[in-house]
Amino acid sequence: MEEQFAKLDIRKDENIVYKRTDLLVDRPLSYCPGCGHGVVHRLLMETLEEMGLQDKTIGVSPVGCSVLAYDFMNIDMLGAAHGRAPALATAIKRMWPDRFVFTYQGDGDLAAIGTAETIHACNRGEHFTMIFINNGIYGMTGGQMAPTTLPNMRSSTSPYGRDTSIMGFPLKMTELVAQLPGTYYVTRQAVHTPSAVRKTKKALRKAFENQKNNTGISFIEVVSNCNSGWKMPPVQSNKWMEENMFPFYPLGDIKIDGVLVTPKAETVKE
Amino acid sequence: MAKIKGDIVINVERCKGCEVCIASCPFSVIAMTKEVNGKGYHYAVKVNDDCTGCMNCAVVCPDGVITVYRAKVTTE
Amino acid sequence: MGELRLMKGNEAVAEAAIRAGCDGYFGYPITPQSEIMEYLMAMKPYETTGMVVLQAESEVASINMLYGGAGTGKMVMTSSSSPGISLMQEGISYMAGAELPALLVNVVRGGPGLGTIQPSQADYFQAVKGGGHGDYKMIVLAPASVQEMADFAKLGFELAFKYRTPVMILSDGAIGQMMEKVELFDPIPRRTEAELIEQCPWAATGKPKNRDHIIITSLDLDPAGQERVNLKLQAKYRQIEQDEVRYEMISCEDAEYIFVAFGLSARICQKSIDLARAKGIKVGLFRPITLYPFPVIQIAELAKKVKGMLVVEMNAGQMIEDVRLAAGCSLKIEHYGRFGGIIPAPDEVVRAMEKQIIGG
Repeated sequence: MEEQFAKLDIRKDENIVYKRTDLLVDRPLSYCPGCGHGVVHRLLMETLEEMGLQDKTIGVSPVGCSVLAYDFMNIDMLGAAHGRAPALATAIKRMWPDRFVFTYQGDGDLAAIGTAETIHACNRGEHFTMIFINNGIYGMTGGQMAPTTLPNMRSSTSPYGRDTSIMGFPLKMTELVAQLPGTYYVTRQAVHTPSAVRKTKKALRKAFENQKNNTGISFIEVVSNCNSGWKMPPVQSNKWMEENMFPFYPLGDIKIDGVLVTPKAETVKE
Repeated sequence: MAKIKGDIVINVERCKGCEVCIASCPFSVIAMTKEVNGKGYHYAVKVNDDCTGCMNCAVVCPDGVITVYRAKVTTE
Repeated sequence: MGELRLMKGNEAVAEAAIRAGCDGYFGYPITPQSEIMEYLMAMKPYETTGMVVLQAESEVASINMLYGGAGTGKMVMTSSSSPGISLMQEGISYMAGAELPALLVNVVRGGPGLGTIQPSQADYFQAVKGGGHGDYKMIVLAPASVQEMADFAKLGFELAFKYRTPVMILSDGAIGQMMEKVELFDPIPRRTEAELIEQCPWAATGKPKNRDHIIITSLDLDPAGQERVNLKLQAKYRQIEQDEVRYEMISCEDAEYIFVAFGLSARICQKSIDLARAKGIKVGLFRPITLYPFPVIQIAELAKKVKGMLVVEMNAGQMIEDVRLAAGCSLKIEHYGRFGGIIPAPDEVVRAMEKQIIGG
């Protein structure tokens, strides 16, 4: 099919205002259509490119849907065992203090099996960035309940909805780690709209700038959809996320420059 | 008189038809085709001339398939 | 002559690690090896050599810190005792699969379970047969003295980097705690960043323009790829088996009967040889130093010449299986050991040789 509406007079290299960063390996991503992982990967790589950090960054990838993150990020990376990325990052950053180190984890990795590593890396005030993709479900293994699954939310291991009397309550790791003096910047963002994406990118930039000053942990939670796990199309899953996930996991800064942000009486909506 | 005009190029073979770009475009420039690409996904195409190069679509695309151009165009 | 000191086994391995140019120690307290980390913390090597010493939140965290450090080419070390080593098994498997160098020290205590804090040798299977999942091996060194605790730290790191594999020093609670004279080798400076990158071009240190990005992982979802990884590992292990066997033979030239023992048991058997020979029994000691690679050829040759072997080990019979496999013949090979941290006495061992091997 011939392309209609092509504006060939504008399509010149000097007019490019946006293109996919070279720090993403030129290959198709393995994530489901519409998945937030793809956006966060891109924003992270854009940030590192803009800051000129490709040769100074060592990343740690998790077990979960993003187990193959290292195939998509054109930087040196280590694939950690499930939940253990903060332990790897601790050793790496302490022995390579001039490198920029980050962990990239999902909710099972960071908040189930990896809870101890998460809490203790934050408690020790390690000087790396933690990126936490929270979609309230275990994607890679087929949609099981996660520590962040909402009450009454269905999953393959809570087929009748999460019964909090038996299965416990969703775990708000971000609020938990914000209480620890070792965390410096703690924020919760999203990537489902252009405005949310731009805020998340600013958060990533702030986190890596913080690393220049050995401030302690910068912790960025990205509430994301999982249209496969939630069993709905991408656009609908983003809407579901706005209506169900955001009230429970409100977006915004929780701690800035080592100081907890006092919650506002009303949330200001864009 | 100068006007800002934009254009997008969509990497059709990498598009997974998630439609998140459509929701983000302020000028309804993008829609899904009835055709499918090599992977069997319907993909996004431009359906009008109103692109301003705002980058909303590119910025929200999970697969980074959109390249955005923008220029000042003098119209007589 | 290097510096001479009277030291505990645990302290000796720690001091030797600093001198060997270790970049980082990550560990967790557990009796009977906590002195290793205590010594390192007290020495403050961060201020002298720049070596990082960190108490982790668990053994699971420790081994994963090792994985992170090793993946970036750093010389890293941990220590623990039996139950803690059990916790590390997943991480060890990952490091073997990703071909990462590291030094682990297991100061073995009685088990199974929480067991006791007294010495034992019941982690032989766990160390040598692979306590973690998958087809992998660790080079396992069994010190029988405080001197060897020091020497094996240096040797362990050398082997780890030569073969890109985890190396374990399989010690026990007695050797860790006892004090003996040690001659310490001269300190080796830690590698500079340039030296590290030259020695470890495979390490993830930050991608420069002149090479592709490096990925440290043990995952390969493509079965053909994973088979290739395994073939590569197996070839490496054959090389190690060929080139790195270490053992000691005492009084074996004219021996009719042999004690086979490693670590503390070998020290006991040395006294047992004296007692037995005083009675006219011609006994020798074969002491494997590398438990993996096991001295298969040497045991096989010895088996042809003697009338029987008593394998003395503080467990229910673990190394004896490898001795029998190596001997490969109908030689009388029996086991003698005590459990729960009880250490056999030299005369007890002689009586066992008389009763189980000579008498029968």
